Amino acid sequence: MNRQYETVIGLEIHVELKTITKIFCSCPTAFGGEANTHVCPVCLGLPGVLPVFNEKVLEFAVKAGLALNCEIASFSKFDRKNYYYPDLPKNYQISQYDLPICRNGFLEINSGGGTKRIGITRVHMEEDAGKLLHGSSSIVTSGYSLVDLNRTGVPLIEIVSEPDLRSAEEARAYMEKLRSILEYLDVSDVKMEQGSLRCDANVSLRPLGTEGLGTKTEVKNMNSFRSLQRAVEYEAKRQREILEEGGRVIQETRSWDEERGVTVSLRSKEEAHDYRYFPDPDLVPIVIDPGWVAKLKASLPELPDARKERLVREMGLPEYDASIITGSRDLADYFDAVAAEFNEPKTVSNWLMGELLRLLNASGMEMRENKIAPADLAALLKLQASGAISGKMAKAVFEEMFATGKSPETIISEQGLAQISDEGALAAIVDKVIAGNPGPVADYKSGKEKAMGFLVGQVMKETKGQANPGLVNKLLKERL
Amino acid sequence: MSLTSLTAHELGELLNKREISSVELTKAYLRRIEEVDDQVRAFLTVTGDLALKQAAETDEKRARGEKLPPLAGIPMAMKDNMCTKGIKTTCASRILYNFIPPYDAAVTERLLAAGAVLLGKCNLDEFAMGSSTENSGFFATRNPHDLRAVPGGSSGGSAAAVAAGEAVFALGSDTGGSIRLPAAFCGVIGLKPTYGRVSRYGLVAYASSLDQIGPLTRDMRDCALVMNVIAGHDKRDSTSAPLEVPDYTRFLVDDVRGLKIGLPREYLGEGLDDEVRGWVKRAAETLEKLGAVCEEVSLPHTRYALPTYYIIAPAEASSNLARYDGVQYGLRVEAGDIVSMYSKTRSQGFGEEVKRRIMLGTYALSSGYYDAYYLKAMKVRTLVKRDFDLAFEKYDCLLTPTSPTPAFEAGEKTADPLTMYLSDVCTIPVNLAGIPALSIPFGLVGGRPVGVQLIGKAFDEGTLMRAGYALEQGTDLTRPRPVLERTVEE
Repeated sequence: MNRQYETVIGLEIHVELKTITKIFCSCPTAFGGEANTHVCPVCLGLPGVLPVFNEKVLEFAVKAGLALNCEIASFSKFDRKNYYYPDLPKNYQISQYDLPICRNGFLEINSGGGTKRIGITRVHMEEDAGKLLHGSSSIVTSGYSLVDLNRTGVPLIEIVSEPDLRSAEEARAYMEKLRSILEYLDVSDVKMEQGSLRCDANVSLRPLGTEGLGTKTEVKNMNSFRSLQRAVEYEAKRQREILEEGGRVIQETRSWDEERGVTVSLRSKEEAHDYRYFPDPDLVPIVIDPGWVAKLKASLPELPDARKERLVREMGLPEYDASIITGSRDLADYFDAVAAEFNEPKTVSNWLMGELLRLLNASGMEMRENKIAPADLAALLKLQASGAISGKMAKAVFEEMFATGKSPETIISEQGLAQISDEGALAAIVDKVIAGNPGPVADYKSGKEKAMGFLVGQVMKETKGQANPGLVNKLLKERL
Repeated sequence: MSLTSLTAHELGELLNKREISSVELTKAYLRRIEEVDDQVRAFLTVTGDLALKQAAETDEKRARGEKLPPLAGIPMAMKDNMCTKGIKTTCASRILYNFIPPYDAAVTERLLAAGAVLLGKCNLDEFAMGSSTENSGFFATRNPHDLRAVPGGSSGGSAAAVAAGEAVFALGSDTGGSIRLPAAFCGVIGLKPTYGRVSRYGLVAYASSLDQIGPLTRDMRDCALVMNVIAGHDKRDSTSAPLEVPDYTRFLVDDVRGLKIGLPREYLGEGLDDEVRGWVKRAAETLEKLGAVCEEVSLPHTRYALPTYYIIAPAEASSNLARYDGVQYGLRVEAGDIVSMYSKTRSQGFGEEVKRRIMLGTYALSSGYYDAYYLKAMKVRTLVKRDFDLAFEKYDCLLTPTSPTPAFEAGEKTADPLTMYLSDVCTIPVNLAGIPALSIPFGLVGGRPVGVQLIGKAFDEGTLMRAGYALEQGTDLTRPRPVLERTVEE
């Protein structure tokens, strides 16, 4: 008999915060750099040094917690998580254990045509570890490994969800929503490919309609939304096959192999660490002033959901457009800037969703790398609306703007693309076309409407497409 | 009197009057080290050239007529668990045998900025774990008053150096009594300041919530002068107190009239050497004669302090010492894979006592035992602290022995760690409570010095100095001269 299973997913997401300096010292957090150049005795964990907490991290973590509807702790502390690894200079990570800075929040995702609330268990602060560079592709076969500690001490928040997600699509939607919220808050670069957003998924299956949780596996090493979705799909399928064959899922940590499209076992529960957490005696507890939290809350920017609602309500955008436009703060800000100068929101959204996103995707660029100034796009749309250029021309000009960042006026004048709307100039060309095409002229006069199209086309050809089509029609009709 | 038995303030006067130069003074101390350190073995590293250079610099400044702070030109020593830029800092451990820090500890910076001259780094029990300086990874230090006896630990090298005339003063660190015990055994003054009074930045951690740096000196005025330099807020140490530091010399007033002193009965009962008890009583009488009021008081949780300490300190140590793994610096024993490399490096790099405490701490923190050991210990720690809080509602300070016995024989307790641990039974409660305490020499037993301990309220080092100074002025028992000194000078 074939039982129906339900997939249960919880996500643990690590976010690198974009403070200027590290969490416990004043080294820069900048990504990259020659190995071991963004380091000091404190982040190297040399004997005798002590951590000093960067309060900007607290501000960013509390902002994230507030945006995720969390309770903010009035008393919090740092704990040590003890384990040995060569990229961890002190062999313990300063993290938070039983008193995280934020807990009990939620965020809403779109699922099955409606919205679904996903619980946030906790948000806590911690330091990042360094990186190992292995002599060959695998740690097992390498003759040596090199340690780069530039990333050591970069501030992280870990956001742990409740096991409320039921499909790979939901997991992806959650991650995308979280990314967009963090981007709006301006607390992280949210670049998955650079590791500033990292995700582990806890996946288990249970018979549909039951309440308890099945045995879970933790899947690591997904570095894009797509790989998250694929990894969860794969893992759910793998577990379903085991269960359907009457087997038992083993609790373990698995790694997503992007190339082969499979998850592979990393370590089992038996090998799991005892982290021996205890309060870090080098750092004093964090006491939070509720007044400060209230001030931070008041300073939060408009978040994606609120903004989407505003675009629908005040600007009359369709839900679909509004959710695409507000999916990224950069795009939404851009939309607002263009719409402020060209007051036809739907036209603006069509251009952004159509032309702009198409070109960005094709070139693999980020929204923030877009060279077109909002005022220039508004100017282009105005030129089109006034009939100064045709829609087709506008698209050509837009591509040029995207490539060069020049203003539409410059491009139009450089390429002589302006529409000819001067009656006198057009009349001469119209007369020339009538004189040169007696056949079609006769056809038109005998009632063949189609001939008019041919004559207009001839005028457009003469003017290299710059003639105002309405005017050409009018002039031809007057003369024939 | 020879230069090597004078105090910092006496030598400061001679320097100011230009009767001596710092270079002469430094040379006298380096010579003394050469003469006696093969017996005492107080130093792990002597930095003679650097010391003479620093001394010459202060002499030049003085010659130019610059007004220099009181410790300028005074030769001193530091326990080898405080970082010194460009100078080996080994913690007396083989695992750090070659470690040269690229930075100075906060106390190093402050002392060097005050013109003090660094003679070298002193021996200790490895990573400051021990009560006899026999647990050093390199060699044991001996007591200058009796070379058969231990100097106490873990700042035994620092205390012995001051007692033997090898440094005018020295810094020690005190996690469970590691300044006060060797001060008592070696007949010098040792102060453990309030937790947070002196920056721990650059002190290689043993147990972070208990460690505190303090001075070992020949008299109370020197103790105040050194504290004036090393105390104060440091933003690099989050646990450092952002409080004003008084000029400690203004507490040296030779007047304890009206001072209320408690004598905790738990410190004066079973296990205490009778002669030591006698000296504590005489110290109380001396203070009463000078106008203080002494009364018996009870600190009922005292007997839980030692077991509590031996949960908390090893727990923190097991985590603090995890960084010594052979990856970045220090000893590395090569092996086929990373786990074997860790294991071999740590097996060969750490001594027995350090391994014992790492294992104790790892066990106490492991899941399933945390609540029964670490969490329970933290609760008891609060009770111990509350005992002191209650006592200080009535008393200005407390008077106890520093150690239940005078210095014991070398090798006497090394085979029995539990007996060794009992040496710190009078000093440990103070660290758990984070309050200050002073050990001052008072009497001799069998030719070996005895120390009495004055315990004070948090950040009230001043009252301890006032009582200690009165004791010093009211008797000739507080400056025992080591036998070693007489032998060499005769």
